[in-house]
Amino acid sequence: MFFRILVSGLFAGSLGGLMAGLLQWYFVQPVLLHSELYETGILKHFGEFTNGPQQSLDTLQPIRDGLSLLFSMIIYIGYAFLLISAMTLRLQTSSDRITFHQGIVWGIIGYIAVHLAPAISLPPEVPGVAAAEVQSRQIWWFTTVFLSVIGIWLIAFKPKIKYFFIGSALIIAPHIFGAPEPDVFTGPAPTEIGALFASRALGIGLVSWAILGGLSAFFLHKETVRTAS
Amino acid sequence: MVAFVQSFSQSRSQILSITFAALLGLLVIYVAGHSQSHILHDAAHDVRHATGFPCH
Repeated sequence: MFFRILVSGLFAGSLGGLMAGLLQWYFVQPVLLHSELYETGILKHFGEFTNGPQQSLDTLQPIRDGLSLLFSMIIYIGYAFLLISAMTLRLQTSSDRITFHQGIVWGIIGYIAVHLAPAISLPPEVPGVAAAEVQSRQIWWFTTVFLSVIGIWLIAFKPKIKYFFIGSALIIAPHIFGAPEPDVFTGPAPTEIGALFASRALGIGLVSWAILGGLSAFFLHKETVRTAS
Repeated sequence: MVAFVQSFSQSRSQILSITFAALLGLLVIYVAGHSQSHILHDAAHDVRHATGFPCH
């Protein structure tokens, strides 16, 4: 069982992470590079030099971009282990297989729990923004993901109405408690770039998780059939 | 009774396997996405921002 999750997670995560990395490189990286020009002071907000939100990609940086692709694959392997563990847990009480298309829905729900939920109070940041101390944000991030996963699981798989309310309360609690915030806002990049970055990061995350979900279901089924025979 | 005990211990070991796999996933996400080691931070910098992890 453990190796089934491991093997299918490695396949689904590396393929899904590769797709995510390429999408991020094309859609998110140009916005990040643009905001770095403000972080380093080459461009100034309200300065005389202006530039569209799409910084051109003609300066390829093979080592930096290669590392980003590699780490995207590693992180998505971690996501795949979580997602396939959840799928396997569900399959303990339901004999059906999860199809590729159902896997896409699992992926989207996984995205809501792990990616979107923490971003609602702790949005994706362009480099250089002011933020509270990193450890406190990380603790808040992991707590929010944990509560959101439990909350969504209760809503999805426990039919009694009380679990709907308990699940909803768990999902909303960290946002009522509030994410750590900085004392002052000193971000040098224009808000337009920050907003574009956040929505691109979330949009690409959604597509990547949908792909990851489909692949996870596909490889989990393949591994289940292979190890059963 | 024996069948019951067998099925109980089988499902227990399956739950353990699932728990370990999920913990391994969390560990991978922590090391690649959240560890503040300088080398890991610099190597994964752009992905951490693009994935919405708290970075700095």
